[in-house]
Amino acid sequence: MGSTRRQTLIGNILVYGALIIICIVWSVPTIGTLITSLRPADDAKTTGWWTVVNEPNFTFNAYRQVLAGKETTIVTEEGEEQTVSGQGMTQAFLNSLTVTIPAVAIPLLVAATAAYAFAWMEFPARRMFFVIVIALLVVPLQIALVPIFRDYRALNLNGTWLAIWLAHTGFGLPLSIYLLYNYISTIPRDILESAFIDGASQFTMFTRLILPLSIPALASLTIFQFVWVWNDFLVALTFLGTNEEVAVLTQYLQSLIGERGSDWHLLTAGAFVTMLLPLVVFFSLQRFFVRGMMAGSVKG
Amino acid sequence: MSEQTEILGRRVGSELLTWLYRIVLSVVVPVVFFIVMRAGFIWLRRGNANQVLIAAVAILWGIGGFAMLYVIANSIVEQLPDEWKSALLPFVFVGPALAILSWYLVMPVVRSLVNSFQDAAAESFVGLDNYVYAFTERVMLEAFRNNVLWLVLGTSVTVALGLLIAVLADRTVGPFETAVKSLIFLPMAISFIGAGVIWRFMYAFRPAGTAQVGVLNAIRVALGGEPVGWLTIAPTNTLLMIVVLIWMQTGFAMVILSAALKGVPQELLEAGRIDGANEVQIFFRIMIPYIQGSIVTVSTSILLLTLKIFDIVWAMTGGQFSTSVIGTVFWRQMFTFRHNGRASAIAMVLLVLVIPVMWYNLQQLEQEAF
Repeated sequence: MGSTRRQTLIGNILVYGALIIICIVWSVPTIGTLITSLRPADDAKTTGWWTVVNEPNFTFNAYRQVLAGKETTIVTEEGEEQTVSGQGMTQAFLNSLTVTIPAVAIPLLVAATAAYAFAWMEFPARRMFFVIVIALLVVPLQIALVPIFRDYRALNLNGTWLAIWLAHTGFGLPLSIYLLYNYISTIPRDILESAFIDGASQFTMFTRLILPLSIPALASLTIFQFVWVWNDFLVALTFLGTNEEVAVLTQYLQSLIGERGSDWHLLTAGAFVTMLLPLVVFFSLQRFFVRGMMAGSVKG
Repeated sequence: MSEQTEILGRRVGSELLTWLYRIVLSVVVPVVFFIVMRAGFIWLRRGNANQVLIAAVAILWGIGGFAMLYVIANSIVEQLPDEWKSALLPFVFVGPALAILSWYLVMPVVRSLVNSFQDAAAESFVGLDNYVYAFTERVMLEAFRNNVLWLVLGTSVTVALGLLIAVLADRTVGPFETAVKSLIFLPMAISFIGAGVIWRFMYAFRPAGTAQVGVLNAIRVALGGEPVGWLTIAPTNTLLMIVVLIWMQTGFAMVILSAALKGVPQELLEAGRIDGANEVQIFFRIMIPYIQGSIVTVSTSILLLTLKIFDIVWAMTGGQFSTSVIGTVFWRQMFTFRHNGRASAIAMVLLVLVIPVMWYNLQQLEQEAF
């Protein structure tokens, strides 16, 4: 009996020990990034971030510099004022918001109405259309980049918000329709029929009944589409171009890598600014976040 | 007689009014809407106003515009006679989705297919030249080789690690399990570009003799080695970038597999233990077969990701130093060399590679509830 208990104890130590080691390894990159972003420029360039244990020395200068506009004044350690060229990440943050909010709301709206029609309305070739929508899940978005880029050039749409919203809508629709259809089609028929008998129009039914009932599915999809669009680089690079006025955070960070490749304090601060919103969502809505990422796991 | 005429007249009058109302609704409202939206578009494009104001107007313009589109289309169709209404109303709901899908996905497949047989400017047909390029050019062969590395190592290590952590975490107390899972899942929230920066820093290189700032080189130097420019040496650089993918995706594998593991009936495990099976045997003979479906789902999802991998490589090496993947070669052909034909051919190759995996994945998905 004693030996089994000792075995369980050893087993427990091994399990907890292994998990703690894995967690430390997993966190080192993020922690190192966070610490470096808070160090003065010279320190970040010349010594490892782990040396802060011996000589802690922190500053928000890197964040000030990446967030500020064209020029910004920072106070160095010696107390003298220094003017450095800012990186204007505030603009990129705003651009990311301008891209992301409609690029989440529009596809969800379009997908929800379509899913409702597929689930509860009668129209010719309904099944065929639905099968086509599902089949489109296999199309990788790279296929669409060349043709759509050329259409946009002809329409003079490249570099506009509308261009990237529509692109994200197109690429996000098959999955959103598929998942929302699965959800909306399971709403009990009685609920809809009694509303219909009460004289509600299809539109009223959709806005007053279907949308509120689908909130769990919509919430998961919202988070998935939000993380997807916010973190997207390829679609933004293709359709927004490299114009700084419309560049989103990921593009900004990428150009920062090119221009300031060894200014680690700036790069790490920039990386943290891009991560800020997804991390807030992650920690405040963790359950929905996980469900959302699961739902989107087959994105094409 | 005159009374009848009067009634008739009144009826005609009210009918006329109704029609007038309908015409106003179905012509004037859309026209006004179109003019307002167009003005908004031009104002947004000029973009000479406060940044925050522009962002707010753009968001309102985009979402409001789309919502109004449905409201207007619906109210027009609602005015029609019943038989017209029931025939047209479904298309108010499903039409925008079908239109967008055909523009953004259906037509591009056809057009990319056509483009892939044409020259750089998509003007004349060149037969199979672009496909010959896609399958024989040195950089493409390098990309295929690297993609196979990504696919095999990325997928297998991610799933194995995810499974290992799920099994281990399952044996710990609740709060500890939650904390571990949150930590491992957290990188899912980070963009590939952000992760690229984080890991470039991990792999950072400074000349020998100076203090290292990258963790990997610091460890190497501490162990008595010479610092190495990790991202410039093939094939180590590709392997190190696959580590980034593993770091980001293991949490995803872990969460799905952990949920599946919790679904394994306790009686089954007890029965196994009573029959004298040890924990390793229980894991391989009972748990693994039971959660096979979830393992396949996770594997195929990550496999798809590795086939289309682009951002990580773009942020860390830009495809230099023999790290090209299909995604980066595609990008270079499309925007650096502006060769529509080759870019389309590469995209078609990607489509053909993705189809079987995705198809398989969808069949698995059918069986799972959302």
